[in-house]
Amino acid sequence: MNAGLIFSAFLRHLELCALSVGLGTVTAVSLGIYLYYRPRAAAFWLGVTGALQTIPSLALYGLFLPILGIGLFPAVTALFLYSLTPILRATLVSLKEVDPALTEAARGMGMDRWQILRRVLLPLALPGILSGIRMSTMYIISWATLAAFIGAGGLGDLVLGGIYNYDIRLILAGSLPAVLLAFLCGLAFDRLARRLSIPGAANHE
Amino acid sequence: MNEILMMTLQHLFLSLQGVFWAILAGIPLGWVAYRHESFRSFIFTVSEWLQIFPTLALLALLLFVWGLSDTTLIAALFLYSLLPIVTATHAGLVGISPSIRESALGLGMNPWQFFWRVQLPLSLPHLLSGIRIALVTAVGITTVGVLVGAGGLGKPIWRGIQTQNTPMILSGAVPAAALAICIDWAGQWLEKRSTPWKRDHGQT
Repeated sequence: MNAGLIFSAFLRHLELCALSVGLGTVTAVSLGIYLYYRPRAAAFWLGVTGALQTIPSLALYGLFLPILGIGLFPAVTALFLYSLTPILRATLVSLKEVDPALTEAARGMGMDRWQILRRVLLPLALPGILSGIRMSTMYIISWATLAAFIGAGGLGDLVLGGIYNYDIRLILAGSLPAVLLAFLCGLAFDRLARRLSIPGAANHE
Repeated sequence: MNEILMMTLQHLFLSLQGVFWAILAGIPLGWVAYRHESFRSFIFTVSEWLQIFPTLALLALLLFVWGLSDTTLIAALFLYSLLPIVTATHAGLVGISPSIRESALGLGMNPWQFFWRVQLPLSLPHLLSGIRIALVTAVGITTVGVLVGAGGLGKPIWRGIQTQNTPMILSGAVPAAALAICIDWAGQWLEKRSTPWKRDHGQT
């Protein structure tokens, strides 16, 4: 076991997580903003992403395998689907939590809908949205280890190797970097949320 | 077909066992977190850390304790189910207004009666949602249990992936997905039933 092997598995893990959470963020935040203006469709989409979320990951990988094959693509697709719910829910909730008096005031100042969204709603909802992305990121880092099942590599490869060879060092080499990565991402998101929150606005815990 | 049904039941039973132990331990822990501020952050931090620990890695580590067996899987399920149940218990207890507490004590209830007849029923909706989340997650983790020699629907999925046998994969993946979704729905239905006062309120 050498450091290079662990490092390349780590990089691959990072790639899996960054791709899926990145895509998930773009999709879920846009969908969340859209659904904010169409509350009646919101329940339906939350139901769809919620149902996707409940499907066991190994089952989802299994269902994708005949269609998408093995490797990076099906793994990112599955992880992307899993990342949606927390971000979508956080986006919707934080947009709804913005004080209506503020949007009223903005409209009274002559802002159009787009300006209200960009300059009032989004900045105020940002800390809440970030906490959703934070949650997704931490779960995806943990779930990405299962991507090794379908040959996508990453830290899960080391853990699988450890199970096969009954070698606890390999298992730790795969799991500790994942835990560390999740922890650091959590810290980074906390700092970012603190920097981006607007003084005096409702504080999001 | 019969075999699939058997595996599905086995899968459900394994998941239920893990969650059962977590309920037994989680409700008292949630109560302790509610009563004693100093324990709260400790309990929450530990269960949060357990939650982000990769499933595969936790199973692998427990493998060294209990070997290739259902016990290894059940231990992992227990650890993962703690956080949702502890936080749900805590949230349920916190949500009970102090005036209810005072009137219950004023009626002469002892702390034990107060817990059983007031606190527990009132926090039931929260608790049920915690149990539902734990159980859905457990169904997911149980599929991975095949790696530590546990039974359930993970076996055909895993074998099918290795031998590139699509029907075999589907014979495990479809019931596993259906099981998780059904539990989720059934749980949500139960949660609605558990708050009759809310329903009445909606009608009037």
